[in-house]
Amino acid sequence: MTTAAVQRVELDYTGSERLTMNMGPQHPSAHGVFRAILTLEGETVVGVDAVIGYLHRCHEKLAETLTYAQYPSIASKTDYVAAMTSEFAYVRAAETIGKIDVPKRAQYLRVITSELQRVASHLLWLGTWCLDMGGALGGGATIFLYCIRERELILDLFESLVGARLLYGFFQVGGVRYDLPPDWASKCRETVDLIDQRISEYQRMLEDNPFFLVRTQGVGVISRELAQEVGIAGPLLRGSGVAYDIRRGEPYSSYEDFDFHVPVETSGDCFARYRVRMAEFRESLKIVRQALDRLPDGPISSRPGLKSVAQIRIPKGEAYARVEGARGEVGCYLIADGSAKPYRMKWRGASFSNLSILPHIIPGHKVADVVAIMGSVDPVFGEVDR
Amino acid sequence: MTADEARTLIAESFSDTKVESGVPMVVSVPVDQWAPFADFAKTTLGCRFFSFLTAVDWKEQGLEVVCKIDNLDDNVSLLMKTRLGPAAAECPSLTPVYAGANWMERECYDMFGIRFDGHPDLRRILLGDDWVGHPLLKSYAVDTPHPPYR
Repeated sequence: MTTAAVQRVELDYTGSERLTMNMGPQHPSAHGVFRAILTLEGETVVGVDAVIGYLHRCHEKLAETLTYAQYPSIASKTDYVAAMTSEFAYVRAAETIGKIDVPKRAQYLRVITSELQRVASHLLWLGTWCLDMGGALGGGATIFLYCIRERELILDLFESLVGARLLYGFFQVGGVRYDLPPDWASKCRETVDLIDQRISEYQRMLEDNPFFLVRTQGVGVISRELAQEVGIAGPLLRGSGVAYDIRRGEPYSSYEDFDFHVPVETSGDCFARYRVRMAEFRESLKIVRQALDRLPDGPISSRPGLKSVAQIRIPKGEAYARVEGARGEVGCYLIADGSAKPYRMKWRGASFSNLSILPHIIPGHKVADVVAIMGSVDPVFGEVDR
Repeated sequence: MTADEARTLIAESFSDTKVESGVPMVVSVPVDQWAPFADFAKTTLGCRFFSFLTAVDWKEQGLEVVCKIDNLDDNVSLLMKTRLGPAAAECPSLTPVYAGANWMERECYDMFGIRFDGHPDLRRILLGDDWVGHPLLKSYAVDTPHPPYR
């Protein structure tokens, strides 16, 4: 799309040659549609121009045309790998402006689904990232298939709860749409225990593999200062030594009720980001268990049933609401003008900010490392392009 | 640093700004102090985390640029705002202060046509180079035809 600032082939007369290589937009490691225009000197990348926008649907304009009840199910299409947390940010923003209470049971259900979603999302990340680095892991698709197998169990849980496997529309302003079906909690516990066990298995498979360590340790180092200045969040920020988690720093939806640990690594490389996510798996599972144990009874929404939901009116005002998504800070800046639709909505996609770190960290690495670094950032292009 | 201390420091150094209470703390900054204020917030208030930058089209009152920055250590959040004035679309760039503003300002230029002075590489980011208009302006209709269906 945008190629204005790209150098084609540039020869200097000292004998070294710069080559422009196009990576993507259909490159398998792009996890969507992403084009990186790399400037190479031999095997070493010296410049990178990231071209995004292939999945752009102008969600922000779309949100101005949809009511507060309609948009949450569209919000799930921003980060479609972690649809639950995308919906969450939007309804939280609307609830903040309208000062709408959410019943305790709904808050807990939101926590359970968000945490399961984080596990599902991290599983997909682990699988695809290891697939990207394929050959080096001796067999390539093994971890990928294992991870997809486990993610499937969570999608089954979501399917029996919502009726959909990928895009849910589970969150609505004032609460959630469905209550747990019978036996759901016990099925959920079984799944959680199983995944907990398997995560340890994968961790051993990977960390006992010297090739995995060589490809990830010391690769794509992000310093603490750069991480903050660029505004990367979530596992990336915590992999660079900043112990910041919105669930802890600005608790929402009863997160203060749960006992969990915020994993931090200080080396800032691909391996650190991997370690943070591996630890997050366990913390998320821990939160799900606690929430199931203490799940209160009561209504699941503070608003009347489905038929009248279309009439939500939010008073004039503005709010920025954010949640800790699988990829970091998913934020929604909402301005309401008192009508049934927002005046303006800004979506802060965690992947957009995270991806913008690439031009800062890729130069100096070999072409093969680009794949490892990009995978460790875990971008979802629906959320980058919105 | 607490939010109150931050408020006092802002009032001392930037008397033209208007600070509202609440979380995040909303600070209205005159457009000519936009970049110096960001620099002050980063160095003095410790707001080193760049969250997002965007704009709002207030129709005849003109465009407003909004930027959120955080001090993660002390949990202080600032929502900086500046009005560009009616029919104006020029704003100083924050990219020299925050590297994260680079893409966000490009997106703002793409969607609102705001020209950020001092941005190193201001070109469209999400839409194609040949796109006509800036979609998030209120004057841009949702059903505006565009290539190849012009």
